[in-house]
Amino acid sequence: MQEAMIKRAKELLAEGTVNRVMGWQAGEFAYDITPTVFSSADELDKAFVYNDFCSANVSKYMIKESRKEGKILCFLKPCDSYSFNQLLAEHRIWRDNVYIIGIPSYGKVDVNKVRAKGVTGITGIHTDGPNVVVETIYGSETMVKMDVMEDRCLCCKSKKHMVYDELLGEEGEVLQSNRFEQVEALENMTPEERYEFWRSELSKCIRCNACRNVCPACTCENCVFDNPASGVANKAPSSDFEENMFHIIRAFHVAGRCTDCGECSRVCPQNIPLHLLNRKFIKDINELYGTYQAGEDKDARGPLTNFTVDDCEPSIVHHRRG
Amino acid sequence: MLKVSVDKINDLFRAIAATQKLYLPVDTNAGAQYREWSEGVTMSQALNTNRSAKDFFFPQTENLAEFKMEGKKIEVKPQVNEYEDYVVFGVRACDAASFAILDRVFLSEPVDTFYAHRREHGTIITLACNRPAETCFCTTFGVDPAVPGGDVSAWQKGEELYLEAQTEKGEKLLQAVAGALSQAESEDIEPVKAAIRVMMEKLPLAKLSLKGIEDQKMLDLFYSDKWNALSESCLGCGTCTFVCPTCQCYDVRDFDTGNGIQRFRCWDSCMYSDFTKMAHGNIRNSQMERFRQRFMHKLVYFPENNEGIYSCVGCGRCLAKCPIHMNIVKVIKTMGGTENE
Repeated sequence: MQEAMIKRAKELLAEGTVNRVMGWQAGEFAYDITPTVFSSADELDKAFVYNDFCSANVSKYMIKESRKEGKILCFLKPCDSYSFNQLLAEHRIWRDNVYIIGIPSYGKVDVNKVRAKGVTGITGIHTDGPNVVVETIYGSETMVKMDVMEDRCLCCKSKKHMVYDELLGEEGEVLQSNRFEQVEALENMTPEERYEFWRSELSKCIRCNACRNVCPACTCENCVFDNPASGVANKAPSSDFEENMFHIIRAFHVAGRCTDCGECSRVCPQNIPLHLLNRKFIKDINELYGTYQAGEDKDARGPLTNFTVDDCEPSIVHHRRG
Repeated sequence: MLKVSVDKINDLFRAIAATQKLYLPVDTNAGAQYREWSEGVTMSQALNTNRSAKDFFFPQTENLAEFKMEGKKIEVKPQVNEYEDYVVFGVRACDAASFAILDRVFLSEPVDTFYAHRREHGTIITLACNRPAETCFCTTFGVDPAVPGGDVSAWQKGEELYLEAQTEKGEKLLQAVAGALSQAESEDIEPVKAAIRVMMEKLPLAKLSLKGIEDQKMLDLFYSDKWNALSESCLGCGTCTFVCPTCQCYDVRDFDTGNGIQRFRCWDSCMYSDFTKMAHGNIRNSQMERFRQRFMHKLVYFPENNEGIYSCVGCGRCLAKCPIHMNIVKVIKTMGGTENE
């Protein structure tokens, strides 16, 4: 796939369709890949990669890039295409300035899961069919890919692209995902257990804001938490209450717009399962307003930004007990 | 040189914890983190903790003073902390080296008394790194993981843990727990040290050098056009600064308690849009400028003001934690003119 992408990118650059390419750049140890804008065939040859470690969702970068001069080629995985489409729905991306090639994703590998198996000193890592082969300074190891795949990929919701100008590889389908099972587990807890769960998870937060900054649904020009005039701006918690509120307020703000891309949990340096907050909202919206997937249809009105006389009353929360 | 058998290590922990609080790395669902030892707590085998050991002296947030208002009367209550002695076990050479860097900031005039008290009350037991990771590059900054420093240094050799005091404070601690330890020879750990140095040589970043940066003028580095590409995909989050053992910037803020003010300080990050914001606005308006500030500070400004000492110890946390995998190593390689290999 990587070769096909580079070839196509070079063609589009050469014929002048685009003047830049948004992709992923190789790093030091094969897994530390950086989203990068390439502007020449040379740069592509030198460092462009696409493999099972290209996890970063690049759609948010298109807000900034699409406002620059000329058209940019952007490779989107199925998952990223939902985010991109949602940003189109919110008029955040200048669509005419982006040329999209949809690319398949076979499930990304989480290097932290590889490390958790006691593997360290990684000098090379690649997937070989159902296996992941890791070269280290202490020897090489082979592990089953499913065991070290990112959690979000293990419950993938779709292999289908929501927006593209052309596709490389075969188009997939929307999948029957079991992604709400984790939410159900939380719902089945007693309120005390659930409170304890979230208190213990959220208290791990170091307020680095990585979840917010990576989130394709968090696109405010100036976040309320960065605005000293807001009265709630804080870099660190001055009380536990505030700390917990940050994540809950953020979850509310992206409700109905979150596509469940899972970037928040991927980037959290403290391993807080932040996506579960958003996923709970998605599940609730499905149950209260009918099945809705943000990013699926850029022209649809979101359930929380639309009014119909059939909408449930706020008292539903009481009747449903949460 | 003293030693204790690894299966009896709890005897040592028990002896230490009998006199003061003992913290060590423990596996949690947020990776290895320092936790207080008590019966039943087992030490993590992870190479390093998720967050650095600077938290012990420089916590992420702490109260400085309180102001209470009643009508027109304002009462100022200074923060009074009770400091007790404590021991941190299992600090790696990189983190131990970071303390000397933090000391230069907090213990120079005017001395930061909050930091100074915590530093004074803490005894650090370091642990040599038998299995360094690919993200390690401490040797670039002159740190030797085979000689990890601290008040007491420890080495694991097979089923034995060797300990040697490095300072008076360390000496005192080992004397206090002498019952849990037996005598050993310094030569016993020479093979361990040699093995560590062999592994360090094999690491992918073993040859990383600051030479290319040292040879350049500050302003040439500052105005380099390479910063744009390096910072292009930076998210502007504070992960690198918050997991960093040497990042020491903080902000002082007032929290409105309803009937007064709680003045606290918290870690700040040069990556944030409101970092060093002043009445006239912000001096660094783009993420490129903020990004450049972080690396110029660590690799150019700090050594310029501190006899050539860099404010990086090569612990590798930012390499492992950056959401987009942009980090100081890539900056050094790019700015120093060497290609990514």
